[in-house]
Amino acid sequence: MTNAIKCTGAEALLMALKEEGVEAIFGYPGGAVIDIFDAMVRQFRDVFKFILVRHEQAAVHAADGYARATGKPGVCLVTSGPGGTNTVTGLATAFMDSIPVVVFTGQVPTPLIGNDAFQEADIVGITRPCTKHNYLVASVDELAQTVKEAFYIATSGRPGPVLVDLPKDVLQSKMQFHYPKEVSIPTYKPVVKPHAPSLKRAADLLMRSHKPVVYAGGGVITAGAHEELRKLAEMMSLPVTMTLMGLGGFPGTHPLSLGMLGMHGTYRANMAVSHADLLLAVGARFDDRVTGKVEDFAPHAKIIHIDIDPTSIQKNIRVDVPIVGDAKEALSLLIEILAADRRQQRKDKRLQEWHAQLTVWRNEQRLRFDRTAAVIKPQYVIEKLYEMTCGNAIISTEVGQNQMWAAQYYLFDRPRTFLTSGGLGTMGYGFPAAIGAQVAFPNATVIDIAGDGSIQMNIQELATVMQYKLPVKIAILNNGYLGMVRQWQERFYDNVYAHTDIMCAPDFVKLADAYGALGLRATEKQEVEDIIAKALSHKGPVIMDFQVDREEGVYPMVPAGAAITNMILV
Amino acid sequence: MEQRHVISVLVENKPGVLARVAGMFSGRAFNIHSLAVAPTMDSKLSRMTIVTHGSEQLIEQILKQLRKLINVLKVQDLTEGEFVEREMALIRVKAPSARRTEILRINEVFRGKVIDMGRDNLTLEVTGSQSKIQGLLDLLAPFGIQELIRTGAVAIPRAKKS
Repeated sequence: MTNAIKCTGAEALLMALKEEGVEAIFGYPGGAVIDIFDAMVRQFRDVFKFILVRHEQAAVHAADGYARATGKPGVCLVTSGPGGTNTVTGLATAFMDSIPVVVFTGQVPTPLIGNDAFQEADIVGITRPCTKHNYLVASVDELAQTVKEAFYIATSGRPGPVLVDLPKDVLQSKMQFHYPKEVSIPTYKPVVKPHAPSLKRAADLLMRSHKPVVYAGGGVITAGAHEELRKLAEMMSLPVTMTLMGLGGFPGTHPLSLGMLGMHGTYRANMAVSHADLLLAVGARFDDRVTGKVEDFAPHAKIIHIDIDPTSIQKNIRVDVPIVGDAKEALSLLIEILAADRRQQRKDKRLQEWHAQLTVWRNEQRLRFDRTAAVIKPQYVIEKLYEMTCGNAIISTEVGQNQMWAAQYYLFDRPRTFLTSGGLGTMGYGFPAAIGAQVAFPNATVIDIAGDGSIQMNIQELATVMQYKLPVKIAILNNGYLGMVRQWQERFYDNVYAHTDIMCAPDFVKLADAYGALGLRATEKQEVEDIIAKALSHKGPVIMDFQVDREEGVYPMVPAGAAITNMILV
Repeated sequence: MEQRHVISVLVENKPGVLARVAGMFSGRAFNIHSLAVAPTMDSKLSRMTIVTHGSEQLIEQILKQLRKLINVLKVQDLTEGEFVEREMALIRVKAPSARRTEILRINEVFRGKVIDMGRDNLTLEVTGSQSKIQGLLDLLAPFGIQELIRTGAVAIPRAKKS
């Protein structure tokens, strides 16, 4: 082997990460991985930016936020046993949302595996169903090849998290390091090139449709297909609705944008889908929060479904034109076909009525809240954040009402600016994800829109932002409730607020102060702007505690399992 | 409509692969009726024969989910074409000397083998389709089946006629 370098497994791992172009690593040390940390500090200090989190769950969410914000894989390094088990929620979060994350866990030395050794856990067994793939490196000779495969699998096809388990004796073994340039896995060949005849059929349907709607999901962002989507929509005058994961995949301020669809989607998006004669789904998976009652979803529409993952197609809903492939490639080919066809020029007249109807729906029921109220309405806070950041911030959210209000009232014009746990719905995701984004973009304004419940799930990361001087802003919509569950209890459980009152909470201003961050509180509506201005101009981390209307709800709301036209509007 | 499907899966012969396949079935609430697995001529690969039930849509999803697993090389729904399947059963049946001849005659009809003999029992080995084995079991039941071990089906597509 030419130019092989003699080194230990731990050193080889770091050299491999360098080869992969890794810049930031999020993690937490421990006995099983001490060799890697030692090598990192002694030999790789200038290569990687290492972020020491305060809980391993946050390491994965931060790596995930880094990946969502940049499009590059996020990397984590944690120890064996509890280090690994603490990553499970992070892995499951990334898995559900198809985020490329590579997690390295320490493991007890190979002779001890299976002996219930100290800090031993079968992490490969535990994480099998919540990773795209995982590995136990049984011998140091497999190390370089495994790391190469791990990054390839995490980032190709439908991306996802990959875990690599590294026994301590493997890390300490001597080896000849040689990093493979290419990787080919005979059992893993994702299809990226879409089937041409299906694209032709899709184009034909698009040209004949009178009531088309594009339903764009996170796959548009993953594939980097946002420009193609915009071009196609403008060329064909196609209205576009986005899933929660798709926000930013099409400009939220675009005249063709219908906003989000589904359980808390806009009235016009849900009405449009329900009356459409053609639905073009791109990188979306017909999740139950989008479709509501499946039988009543897009009942009059022919459905074209573009997705890189064959299992997403025909899973929840019958599709007329399935197209397996990369969204960017599929959309650009579709544009080519359509551009060559003269029929598409007659679109304006054909779609006139449809656009008039969409305008009627928009004017009938806009997103709204009581603007005259004396109390602080949470939606008002988001609107102000949007205005005062000129829509240019990277926004992460926790999960629940805060997440839905952020999705409704902050308009995302660019991809990779909205970081939210869509599939798993992980409370505690937003703050560490914001850390990841801030590490990637030190000069960006990064705001975690939080609830008073969620923020307490990873509040320990205040120490991390202080240590690394990461100026993340946290906006807590503080209503003293686990608000989304409370809203369900109000609507469907006779106002019995079973264990959702969390008024017993820390003083968030004092808490910020305790960590050395800036804490600000607004109890009156007129303080909101002032506090946001102060927070945005502050150089360090800030907690904004907005004491909002306790019982405000997220509307429209479609009850779980109902048709999406069945909206509670209030 | 629920249909029985026999799926042949070629996988890498590596630790944990069976767990990946079995875990995918249980995690997605798919049913496994039987599963047989052993290495192929190429010792780096194993062949799994999985028998399952489900609607057309569900089977399509099972096939796709199997293909999605990183260690899976090839997935074939044998039910789509002609194939031959066999399973094996080892049956220990109560056989006092007075009834032995009768049992042996039944066994002969089913082309079974006697592989062990006790003072008052016989152990039979029989191979065949699931329904053939079921037929034998139904006939032996009145004698008293003491123990029954079945392998699950293995199956092979029929050779193409040239």
